[in-house]
Amino acid sequence: MIALLGTPWSDVPDLMLPALGETFRMVGVVMAIVVALGGPLGLLIHNTSPLGLFPNRAVHVSISWIANLGRSLPFLVLMAAVIPVTKLVFGTTIGFQAALIPMSIAGIAFFARLTENAVREVPRELLDVGLAGGGSKRQIITSIQLREALPGLAAGLTLNVIAMIEYSAIAGAIGSGGVGYLAVNYGYRRFDDNIMIACIVLLVALVQLIQFSGDRVVRALTH
Amino acid sequence: MIEITALTKSYGTTTVLDGIDLVVGEARIAAVVGPSGAGKSTLARCINLLERPTSGAIAVNGQDLTRLSRRDLRDARRQIGTVFQSANLLRRLTAAQNVALPMRHAGLPEDEVRRRVGDLLERVGMVHRANHFPSQLSGGQRQRIGIARGLALRPAVLLADEATSGLDPESTRAILDLLTGLRDDLGVTILVITHEMDVVRSIADLVAQLDHGRIVEQGIVADVVRRSDSALSRALLPMPPVPADDALRAWSVRYEAAAVSPVWLAQAGRELDADIAVLAALVEAAGDSRVGRLTVGLDPRLDERRVVEVLGRYGVVAEPVEGALLHAVPAASGAGAA
Repeated sequence: MIALLGTPWSDVPDLMLPALGETFRMVGVVMAIVVALGGPLGLLIHNTSPLGLFPNRAVHVSISWIANLGRSLPFLVLMAAVIPVTKLVFGTTIGFQAALIPMSIAGIAFFARLTENAVREVPRELLDVGLAGGGSKRQIITSIQLREALPGLAAGLTLNVIAMIEYSAIAGAIGSGGVGYLAVNYGYRRFDDNIMIACIVLLVALVQLIQFSGDRVVRALTH
Repeated sequence: MIEITALTKSYGTTTVLDGIDLVVGEARIAAVVGPSGAGKSTLARCINLLERPTSGAIAVNGQDLTRLSRRDLRDARRQIGTVFQSANLLRRLTAAQNVALPMRHAGLPEDEVRRRVGDLLERVGMVHRANHFPSQLSGGQRQRIGIARGLALRPAVLLADEATSGLDPESTRAILDLLTGLRDDLGVTILVITHEMDVVRSIADLVAQLDHGRIVEQGIVADVVRRSDSALSRALLPMPPVPADDALRAWSVRYEAAAVSPVWLAQAGRELDADIAVLAALVEAAGDSRVGRLTVGLDPRLDERRVVEVLGRYGVVAEPVEGALLHAVPAASGAGAA
């Protein structure tokens, strides 16, 4: 039986825990980049639209096009396509750094759209309230647009974190480390069913936990 | 006070506002009325400077706000408080935080903000709701918070854009009382944009009717209602509907002259040798002149030209009312009939 080749259950945690740590590190670093760049990009897309604070068709169309670019390729294809860039930047095409660039590209584009959607839900009249009261555009973005959109942004963030966990698992194929790497190398290549099962259980639990917490946060933010 | 001079707003080749002139003195309430599409909301957006007028001037206490640079415009907007239709409160802020928002944007010190928020909530009678979120307030309560927010920066002019639309009569009454209180106690100049004639009758000192981007009629409300030949007067004080009566022909009659005999009705009736039935009447005395609008019923066999001529001699303008009016209302509901 192939299953006999499997890692004994007692040894599974020794493999799984470091992998989980790697996944957290990968998703954490990527999410920091994603929020820092994708958020402002989304605000820019919305506010240059006709509904925004500083409509500008040319800017809106071009950054919208760039954001679409990052969202059009399946992640596996994107990952392969940016390998030359990764090699140029990090000098390597495998491991943690290899996953960083494609995950960030996909994540920034995704989060920009999620941010745009969230702030678009804030009624235009509320921006008029800020303007008529003598608020600056910066004040209106922070104290009205972002603040009112907070539940939507939290929901978007939840979605994005889950997408990044998925991408980090796909990145396991290029040796990025993490739970996905374990599933591919042990579960798939070595037919190690125990590891495969452990990876599946872990990923399912992780995603459920994140979604559950995200929903709680959204509810707490909604009045 | 606020002075609007030759205000014009065009979008491309479409002119939405065409030479608006309107002066509202200090501690006065002016109402701008008009059908939808007349340019009311554009006028409101020009007055609170959310839209730049194409030409013309808007001056608050003598300072023309339309010539200001982009930076000064932000300060200028603070001189005009706006109360929006359906209040437009931020959903994630409490009532008190909503009121504080313009002060925070203006960078007022925190203790000053707290003090003013307390005063304003007291003025609008909402202290007990300070920490409620908009979703926990009724429409009328939300609008009070909207008014408190509009007053936060102590503007010289308060602009209320359809502030009572969609509110129940009781809440409307409370909001209108609040506005008259602001005029009388604080000397705030208030510009009300509305399509509700009740609002105009209740609180306005001045009224202006907007149609197709122009002010077609304006004046002091007390004077306007005394005009006999005025569409705005008819809108402000509509004639009650009269009951159907096949035996009578309805005539719309109006007069506005010091010379009209107080007993013209009886005299004209004798001269025509006919009974004049008064179906509805609004008569205002202004000084020694009487101004009236009546719906009267006459025998349908009377010669129309003769009726016009005889009544004309008494200084009274008469026109037959076409069928619709007489048959529109069943007799039972003819409460206004004399």
